[in-house]
Amino acid sequence: MLHQLGALRALAVYAFWILATIVVLSAVMVIAARNPVHSVLFLILAFFTSAGLLVLIGAEFLAMLLVVVYVGAVAVLFLFVVMMLDVDFVELKQGFLSYLPFGLLVGAVFLAEIVLASFAGLESHVSTFDASPGAATNAEAIGQVMYTQYMLLFQMAGIILLIAMIGAIVLTLRHRPGVKRQNIAKQTSRRRSDAFELKDPSSGQGI
Amino acid sequence: MDLGLSHYLAVTAALFTIGVVGIFVNRKNIIVILMAIELILLSVNLNLIAFSVFNGDIAGQIFAMLVLTVAAAEAAVGLAILVVYFRNRGDIAVENVDLMKG
Repeated sequence: MLHQLGALRALAVYAFWILATIVVLSAVMVIAARNPVHSVLFLILAFFTSAGLLVLIGAEFLAMLLVVVYVGAVAVLFLFVVMMLDVDFVELKQGFLSYLPFGLLVGAVFLAEIVLASFAGLESHVSTFDASPGAATNAEAIGQVMYTQYMLLFQMAGIILLIAMIGAIVLTLRHRPGVKRQNIAKQTSRRRSDAFELKDPSSGQGI
Repeated sequence: MDLGLSHYLAVTAALFTIGVVGIFVNRKNIIVILMAIELILLSVNLNLIAFSVFNGDIAGQIFAMLVLTVAAAEAAVGLAILVVYFRNRGDIAVENVDLMKG
């Protein structure tokens, strides 16, 4: 039993390294690919594999949320926009090499800072982890606090989404002249008396 | 060696750095810049969730969900602005955006 548990843990570490390699490589391809459509597809790959990384440590709910929100909504939105805009992407790729040294320098500085900061105070790590403290499943643990303790934040997240939706619609909405549109207020406020009237002509005469 | 917090911190540090480098090397292509921002937000999310799991505190996962919300909203509004910009100017070269200064 103990032996099996040890084998499972070793398997988890192998799976971690495989997924981590895929995440990092696909992230590199996102910023290096010539064709933005390929960039979006590599972004989707990165999201999927990071969802796998989350499943490994038991955060299943967030993993599925990552797939649903990032892959299902954000990445598809990117794909739509990339394919909709008729842009010469080869021209946009110019200057990649001239910016590369500076970008790598900044990246190296960032990485050094992160590594230094994490070595400064990160020796007390716990090897046994608990993805769902005090509950049966991860989703249950999240649900127990999300609708009680973090109710306000949850509502605010909803409002942020609403505002973003309205903003995106208002930005991209345009009224083209010459296009027939439905005017619902006009339709529903139409009365019988506006539409027709009854005349009573006497026989033999017109109106 | 067991799976530990430092494994996840290493991956997220790499992802974050790749995102930052991506912003610098793709200065002209704003779509890839937005994708690099998504990568950065993803690394932050992974970090929050990893800390939450390894410290046994569920709050980090709630915060990760809020970051996810903001990331989705940001992508929607950013792409909407991009579409309007393309409609007005016919291309998406970001060097010319300062014409909007007026």
